[in-house]
Amino acid sequence: MKTMFFAFAMTIVVSFGAYFVLSNMGLSSAETQSAPSVRLD
Amino acid sequence: MNLKVIGAALIAFLTFAVTPSYANEATDPRATTGGAQTLEDILARQQGLEVDNTFRRQNQGNPDNAQPTSGALGSLGGISDADIYRGIRFSDVDIKVSNKGPAAEILVQDGGMSWLLTRENQIRQYAAYGLGGILVALTAFYFIRGRMTIEGGPSGETIERFKNFERFGHWCLAGSFIMLSITGLILLFGRAVIIPIFGHQVNGALANFSIWVHNNIAWVFMFSLVAIFLMWVKHNIPNKLDWEWLKMGGGIVGSGHPHAKKFNAGQKIIFWMTILLGASVSLSGLSLLFPFELPMFAKTFGIMNSVLGTAFPTDLLAHEEMQYAHLWHAIVAITMMIAILAHIYIGSVGMEGAFDAMGSGQVDLEWARQHHDLWVEEEQAKAAASSGGTQTVSQAGK
Repeated sequence: MKTMFFAFAMTIVVSFGAYFVLSNMGLSSAETQSAPSVRLD
Repeated sequence: MNLKVIGAALIAFLTFAVTPSYANEATDPRATTGGAQTLEDILARQQGLEVDNTFRRQNQGNPDNAQPTSGALGSLGGISDADIYRGIRFSDVDIKVSNKGPAAEILVQDGGMSWLLTRENQIRQYAAYGLGGILVALTAFYFIRGRMTIEGGPSGETIERFKNFERFGHWCLAGSFIMLSITGLILLFGRAVIIPIFGHQVNGALANFSIWVHNNIAWVFMFSLVAIFLMWVKHNIPNKLDWEWLKMGGGIVGSGHPHAKKFNAGQKIIFWMTILLGASVSLSGLSLLFPFELPMFAKTFGIMNSVLGTAFPTDLLAHEEMQYAHLWHAIVAITMMIAILAHIYIGSVGMEGAFDAMGSGQVDLEWARQHHDLWVEEEQAKAAASSGGTQTVSQAGK
């Protein structure tokens, strides 16, 4: 059962990692679909 | 005398003839603005002074001064406003926008209604029937057939069924799939079920949470799907044993247990279904994760049309690509959910000793002999060859 809970924990960690990596790569829909003149922040 | 009169007349003529137009400012104060109001007019109005608006009131345009239809500011010529709006509706007009991306130039996409109606009606209905049906069927099966037990009872000895890394990969895939299923169903049924019961705020919060989880946990699903494929594909190649297993219904039909290696035919079906449908749902999911970047349906339809002779549309708008991806994503995902519910049943309450395979990794030796007899023989032979079997089979509880 330890393996199962470790896998679940790793799933959460990787999910947050994916969020931060993709956010910092500028791959959000808002950034990819907006012209440079659009202020997103 | 006559000479003086003629000279005066000549001077007067020349005076009027060569006087520049700006010289009329004295009589027409708006000559320099082409008839429009002047700064003096504006200042006078701001000061509350009365301004004679006659020059504006009478300026109603002059059709004779209109630009020709070929001019930059010309009329529409033979095209009416309605014609242009129809062009916009059918995305058949040259539109220039400052936004990026192919979707920005599509102002109206009437095909979106069929997507919305299909999602709100058929997809939801079939999802409810399918998921509800399998739950009812499994419950009925449990009460009719009962839990499948180990014939003769557990032996007390165990054998390692799956190693740690195998179970880790399985649970990464399983955990991510369960979360993707729950959040996907919230997004699919939120408007139809959650809003009427709990209200918009609850649905809004749940939908916000769900789409975040869905978008980010999807990466775990895709990575572990690849890992599972690499780990187990060699054990899931179909062979003639599978046909025997299927003919016996996995042991339900007739007496005795059919022979099986590490994975029986039922497990192979689940494996290949997971890999193929998982790959398909991942591709459509990637198309949705990166909107308009990964269109794949026009090409897929083109291949299908050439191979199967079908007549699917191959000229799809950017939005239509996304809509097809969205519908296909839901159809494949719901199919997977139905099959995985049966897998979860047989791996937990449906069969005694089955959960241990993925729980602790150690299964009862008698269970293994009944369901995977050839695999047990292989493992024991390998253990005997290497270390006398002490590493593979152990007493339960030790």
